[in-house]
Amino acid sequence: MSMLRVRVWRGGADGAFREYEVPRRESQTVLDVVTHIQRAIDPTLAYRYACRVGMCGSCAMTVNGAPRWTCRTHVDKVARDGRLALAPLRNLPVVRDLVADMSEFFDKWAAAQGRFRGARSRRDDFERVAPGSPERRRADVAIECIGCAVCYAACDVVAANPGYLGPAALNRAWTLVNDVRDTSQADRLRAVAGDAGSLACHSHLSCTERCPKGISPTAGIAGLKRAVARAALKGEL
Amino acid sequence: MSRRAETLLWVAQRASAAVLALCVLVHLATIVYAVRGGLTGAEILSRTRGNVAWAAFYSVFVLAVAVHAPIGLRAVLAEWLGWRGASREVALAAFAVALAVLGARAVLGVFG
Repeated sequence: MSMLRVRVWRGGADGAFREYEVPRRESQTVLDVVTHIQRAIDPTLAYRYACRVGMCGSCAMTVNGAPRWTCRTHVDKVARDGRLALAPLRNLPVVRDLVADMSEFFDKWAAAQGRFRGARSRRDDFERVAPGSPERRRADVAIECIGCAVCYAACDVVAANPGYLGPAALNRAWTLVNDVRDTSQADRLRAVAGDAGSLACHSHLSCTERCPKGISPTAGIAGLKRAVARAALKGEL
Repeated sequence: MSRRAETLLWVAQRASAAVLALCVLVHLATIVYAVRGGLTGAEILSRTRGNVAWAAFYSVFVLAVAVHAPIGLRAVLAEWLGWRGASREVALAAFAVALAVLGARAVLGVFG
């Protein structure tokens, strides 16, 4: 049986890589490799996963230097000469081993006004949004985000400017800017303006390249830049 | 600095970039055209001195540079050196004035 040589980050921010040998199997995912290490070799290994089918966004890690969702990443696609290097996501504090602290990632969703606020109560009828309307179509292309933080880990602006809200939070804001039912548009545009908001994006496209769902946060951020610029010129910011 | 002010700086940088794109093209095309047969400094000055249209063009060029470069540098200073706050804005305002003055001096020297 052929073996994979897998270097895995162990410990906190000042930890180090430790190497493990894992049996190579057909259709093996990177998450399968990590699970094998934890169940068969070293039960103290900490990592995070839930659904195993690319829906929950909890298993993202750095795989051979790039952020990826590990449950849908086949070893065939990423192993180089039978080797893998696994580390926690970049741009987030390390809790232990492969687990990153996601607090600041989700705090930034809140800071970007990523919460829907409508005007209707449960006693009102549904508000109708035409599926073909331009706003609905713009929201559609951005709405499938699973909050895995792969884009956040891939973003060099986050690395250089820790206050930057990041691609996922801004992508979420963009879906709501296009939600005609939402009532807090002015607050949201203010939240995503300025040096820590959409204007800080350098359009490197790392988020777009790495997003496992095929979303382009860069495109949404460009839309936010236009909306924010219009509001500033009108004195509405 | 307020978020509106930061956003207006961003707009000013994009607008000045559009102006610069045009200015650089005209500038390069003019150089290539003007020196194709070889020109001395004195010959160049004899053609530029007193030319109001070219003086106006290069004044716009200088102004666009003075707006564009400091705003770009503002992000570079924050991201590479962690320099933010009022001291950075004052330093960049001084840099903008220096670019405008040095550029205006060059325009006066060539077209005045």
